[in-house]
Amino acid sequence: MTHEPAVEACGLEKSYGGVRVLGGVDLTVRRGGVFALLGPNGAGKTTTVRILATLLKADAGRARVAGHDVVSQRSLVRRAISLTGQYAALDEEQTGEENLRMMARLSGLPRARAGRRAGELLERLGLTDAARRRVATYSGGMRRRLDLAASLVGEPSVIFLDEPTTGLDPRSRLAVWDVVTELAGAGVTVFLTTQYLEEADRLAGHIALIDGGRIVAEGTAADLKRRVAGERLDLTLAGPEAYERVAGLLADRIVRRDPETLVLGVPTSGGAGDVRDLLDAVDPGRRLVERFAVRTATLDDVFLTLTGNSARKEDQRV
Amino acid sequence: MSDAVTMIGRSVRLSSRNVEALLTSLALPMMLMLLFVHLFGGAISTGDAYVQYVVPGVLVLCAGFGAGSTAVSVSQDMTGGIIDRFRSLDVGGPAILAGHVTAALARNVAASVLVLAVAAAIGFRPQATAAGWFAAAGVLLAFVFAVAWLAAAVGLLARSAEAASGFAFVVGFLPYPSSGFAPIDTMPSWLQGFAENQPITPVIESLRGLLLGRPVGESPWLALAWCAAIVAVSMAASIALFRRRTS
Ligand SMILES: Nc1ncnc2c1ncn2[C@@H]1O[C@H](COP(=O)(O)OP(=O)(O)OP(=O)(O)O)[C@@H](O)[C@H]1O
Ligand SMILES: [Mg+2]
Repeated sequence: MTHEPAVEACGLEKSYGGVRVLGGVDLTVRRGGVFALLGPNGAGKTTTVRILATLLKADAGRARVAGHDVVSQRSLVRRAISLTGQYAALDEEQTGEENLRMMARLSGLPRARAGRRAGELLERLGLTDAARRRVATYSGGMRRRLDLAASLVGEPSVIFLDEPTTGLDPRSRLAVWDVVTELAGAGVTVFLTTQYLEEADRLAGHIALIDGGRIVAEGTAADLKRRVAGERLDLTLAGPEAYERVAGLLADRIVRRDPETLVLGVPTSGGAGDVRDLLDAVDPGRRLVERFAVRTATLDDVFLTLTGNSARKEDQRV
Repeated sequence: MSDAVTMIGRSVRLSSRNVEALLTSLALPMMLMLLFVHLFGGAISTGDAYVQYVVPGVLVLCAGFGAGSTAVSVSQDMTGGIIDRFRSLDVGGPAILAGHVTAALARNVAASVLVLAVAAAIGFRPQATAAGWFAAAGVLLAFVFAVAWLAAAVGLLARSAEAASGFAFVVGFLPYPSSGFAPIDTMPSWLQGFAENQPITPVIESLRGLLLGRPVGESPWLALAWCAAIVAVSMAASIALFRRRTS
């Protein structure tokens, strides 16, 4: 194989009925390792992945995946990749084993090998006990794992995972993370999308932040964290009223909001003068702020700072 | 080609596990036959025992019910996530649809055998020669095949499984204004023109003539020509619709 990147996209655009969903996405993903496309709901993650996986045609722009053009060399791309969509793609009325055997046959394995491959994958994802049960009886976590297994049957070199852990409990999430790490260790390129910063931070060597159909930042987790203020001041407010009042005062500077614990976070240099000035400015009467803490910025802050208001809703937070 | 074999295996397996569809395509036609023969049979004069007359109509009705399940399962495949997985495995539309159509044929063969067995139990006495049975099976299979492709096209056209199941209603209704359940000359005159010229009538006439060992004239050829036309149009439409839905 050449040293071409695993994924190379240039100026991808897509509109649905006049609504622009992707406004010129550029991406380069090196071979091997985990790449995360991080963004809030509706940012264009699924659209991007579907274009790269040859399932959707972009209105403009070009993309090459595993060294082949996604439009003119569609079949070659499909042979080199796999896609696990945001929603499980399984036959509910077939057993886990039957599903996998079918996928293995469709990816070109002869009958006997397909059976063996299905067995291996069930074992690897801890589904051996459920192999002969219909998928309809599986839990959400089991389905996800089976779906992941299904995308591994053809031993692809680039794997797309669209929000692989959304809706999973912590244990199932860890199981998926283990598989992703293992795959990357084996030299496969994993391209995953996620709304969870923690996930991107933990798994991905390289992260691109997408918002409103554009890549707004790119780099390692450390690079991205450096892009916002290094430190964050978390203020714990005295009550809901104080919270509203200070939230109003700080407005656009806020990078963290948590009404339940009454915490607001703003960037700071971390210096004593800066912290004192800030406290005086928002709470001259010294009654609104109960406690404060200075923290090193997390990817959370990056996310909130760079994706603007659309990401400042509580449901975007991890 | 091997993809098509895999997809056929899948569709047949899924059909055999879909209890609701099995009930509709197996039990319902049998119940309808009992209903027709015992409830209405006395009132319809066909010059023969009514069961001798009605069996082809019930066989055709079966094909209609089967088509409803086909349209629904095609539509479910297209609206669920699984179509993306098949496409990313480079499985083409023809292989996916071949699976559904073949499963429809299998369901209908089973249903037809059952219907014939029940009919025999309540007095149906076919007089067909071996060649007649063969020809009747051919005409029936051609009809089922045509309706299954039509159903596949409808499943691709429908935006939801519910819309697709509406199709069963339409196809399920078509056999009534034909010579399937009552002689056409007993129908109101405005309906006679339609009944005489719709595709189901030559299918029924061929099946009835062949099974009872009577002359069939050119009905079988007319029936086959209709089926071929329906298959040609539905296949072309299916392929175009599949392409439209996946681009
Ligand atoms: N087929 C479609 N027709 C119209 N609009 C669409 C279609 N598919 C996606 N969109 C819109 O495009 C935008 C981006 O969608 P996309 O699914 O790519 O987002 P996403 O980042 O995957 O979001 P989520 O986290 O919710 O999965 C959304 O506003 C969505 O409503
Ligand atoms: Mg999505």
